[in-house]
Amino acid sequence: MGNPVLEVKNLKTSFLTEDDAIPAVDGVDFHINPGEVLGIVGESGCGKSVTSLSVMGLVPTPPGKIEGEILFKGENLASAPEKRMRQIRGNEIGMIFQEPMTSLNPVITIGDQLIESLRIHRKWSKKEAWKKAIEMLKLVGLPRAEELVKEYPHQLSGGMRQRVMIAMAMICDPKLLIADEPTTALDVTIQAQILDLMKRLNKETDTAIMMITHDLGVVAEMCERVVVMYAGKVVEEGDVKTIFQNPQHPYTIGLIKSVPDMREKVGRLYSIPGNVPKPGSIKTGCSFAPRCEHAGTRCISETPHLKTQEGSHQVRCWLYEEKGVNLHESDTAIG
Amino acid sequence: MSQTQPLVEVENLKMHFPIKGGVLGKKVGEVKAVDGVSFFIKKGETLGLVGESGCGKSTTGRMLLRLLEPTEGKIYFEGEDITKLSTNEMRKKRREMQMVFQDPFASLNPRHTVEKILEEPLIVHGVKDKAERKRRVKELLEVVGLSSWHAKRYPHQFSGGQRQRIGIARALAVNPKLIIADEPVSALDVSIQSQVLNLMQDLQKEFDLTYLFIAHDLGVVRHISDRVGVMYLGQIVELSDSEMLYDDPKHPYTQALLSAVPIPDVEHQKDRVILQGDVPSPSNPPAGCPFHTRCPAAMEHCGSVKPVLKEVDEGHYVACHLYE
Ligand SMILES: Nc1ncnc2c1ncn2[C@@H]1O[C@H](COP(=O)(O)OP(=O)(O)OP(=O)(O)O)[C@@H](O)[C@H]1O
Ligand SMILES: Nc1ncnc2c1ncn2[C@@H]1O[C@H](COP(=O)(O)OP(=O)(O)OP(=O)(O)O)[C@@H](O)[C@H]1O
Ligand code: SF4
Ligand code: SF4
Ligand SMILES: [Mg+2]
Ligand SMILES: [Mg+2]
Repeated sequence: MGNPVLEVKNLKTSFLTEDDAIPAVDGVDFHINPGEVLGIVGESGCGKSVTSLSVMGLVPTPPGKIEGEILFKGENLASAPEKRMRQIRGNEIGMIFQEPMTSLNPVITIGDQLIESLRIHRKWSKKEAWKKAIEMLKLVGLPRAEELVKEYPHQLSGGMRQRVMIAMAMICDPKLLIADEPTTALDVTIQAQILDLMKRLNKETDTAIMMITHDLGVVAEMCERVVVMYAGKVVEEGDVKTIFQNPQHPYTIGLIKSVPDMREKVGRLYSIPGNVPKPGSIKTGCSFAPRCEHAGTRCISETPHLKTQEGSHQVRCWLYEEKGVNLHESDTAIG
Repeated sequence: MSQTQPLVEVENLKMHFPIKGGVLGKKVGEVKAVDGVSFFIKKGETLGLVGESGCGKSTTGRMLLRLLEPTEGKIYFEGEDITKLSTNEMRKKRREMQMVFQDPFASLNPRHTVEKILEEPLIVHGVKDKAERKRRVKELLEVVGLSSWHAKRYPHQFSGGQRQRIGIARALAVNPKLIIADEPVSALDVSIQSQVLNLMQDLQKEFDLTYLFIAHDLGVVRHISDRVGVMYLGQIVELSDSEMLYDDPKHPYTQALLSAVPIPDVEHQKDRVILQGDVPSPSNPPAGCPFHTRCPAAMEHCGSVKPVLKEVDEGHYVACHLYE
């Protein structure tokens, strides 16, 4: 298999505010192998975007604070200087941001934004880069690409902006593509086209993809492995089939139950009762406990560990701890 | 006239954006973002609007509130043509018509706390008592699944999905009659998405709210809509009762759209209509049927004769030569 392209070890990203520190990401471990598509799913606000921004070195510090290791091809990005990060961003690691408007520059034309990385990292001539930019826009299904390169972001629809960003992230054939909700603004026919394009990039250039999405349909279609996050932590990880057919963590089970199925109409959708806790408010015990129907006393007093089940399936829940674990055993971290 | 007057009715709505070019910035063409759209929404009803990215859904929504001035067409709200209202009168009208924007970050003032963002529409619309406003803000936050401790934070301190919920809370603040929701749940994970959809349905029942619900997630649209309109290149190509549309899609574009939905089931067999051909440009729309460049069923006259929206089954309208 070779070494992973990306290995995140015990990542903790917190934000200092006036009155407290918000642990947005609270000890996350995962890895992505070369050429693999890893899905990351989880409740809104659970730390998916902050995780990816941490990898990209885009969390402003302060107010942010990053601990742990982020190994990209063995190099620890968590301690890399900004100069090195600039060489990596948009070149070796491409990123599709969740909100296109925040990452596109409103006063620079689409074309100039697209060619920037080719010009800087690849030293392409303006003419060559311009041609490539138009080609990329066509690949992501945008009509009138020749005119669009001369336009500004506000002249584009939401989904068009998102596709410009996708083109921008993929233009340099990165080794790792971080896609944060890449198709939320797209209709399904374009989505199918984009997913297909990403799959092709993945197959042809062996690009690994970290796919953050709340669309479980996209996960089922694209990903080989899935990481499920809740309140800043990984609560379950496994191959895509296991996660869909045999989810074990009560949160994952609830998540899968909530999907509105296009194939039938139900009166009321299932939703997990309650809300995500304030980050950092649950210091001991399982952070899902206030919403979990199986929660027992142990869940409140002790934090469950991520334990390997069958194969590579891992779950963080007391229900699946091996038999014989003493309820009063002290809470030791697992390595 | 039908038994009850619709809450909103639009007639032949058009929005043509100028394309400027050359050194002098002269108009060299136009993007026909919306090109002759007509529909109505009854009180208490949800009309879903789906369609390809860039086909004019958001533009249609923004015109309804006159955040964009239509190039042509009429918009009736409770029987009154609001395209004739002055800016000032229109501002008052917006208490009754609110919008949830597609890009939450761009629509929230980054320098204001969430509390201030939610208080603002209350102040504009005359809620004078400060304690009352605070109470209402707290209530709104709860309604969209956020907590009161979120009130003191700024937009950038939220996740994408949390910001989208702030946008929803803001639209709900003034108890409008009509809400134009532009992709209101697309940034939300499925569980929160269900919460928000259930909430929108509850509010609809309670306050007899009317929705124009723009989304590209067909599962969500089916769930929430009474009727659904399918847009393609600035036009409505199919409009029908939502059950009917999903059970018996007529327009070839609708059929392709429905077949492309990713199903959250790893074993599911995919039988997709992948559309071939060039996506046409709204600055130079094809002659005849706008879909003919990509339509798997296209016939000879499709490239020259434009099909019009016709009722083919009761309440089921299609613009396609196959049904003539
Ligand atoms: N700059 C910041 N300052 C303070 N808190 C922040 C900041 N950025 C994010 N947070 C908080 O960190 C948590 C994780 O946010 P993140 O954006 O990673 O969520 P997410 O999993 O991507 O959610 P979504 O699915 O809604 O996009 C949230 O509770 C959010 O409010
Ligand atoms: N301010 C503007 N100036 C010029 N063209 C514009 C402007 N706003 C939108 N357009 C164009 O109008 C067309 C329709 O845009 P609109 O935002 O309504 O699409 P949409 O259906 O909402 O798409 P999406 O699903 O991607 O959000 C697009 O071709 C877009 O480029
Ligand atoms: S550890 Fe307890 S509270 Fe947490 S998910 Fe498992 S059963 Fe539920
Ligand atoms: S009118 Fe012709 S081209 Fe248009 S959708 Fe119908 S069959 Fe296809
Ligand atoms: Mg996010
Ligand atoms: Mg839009």
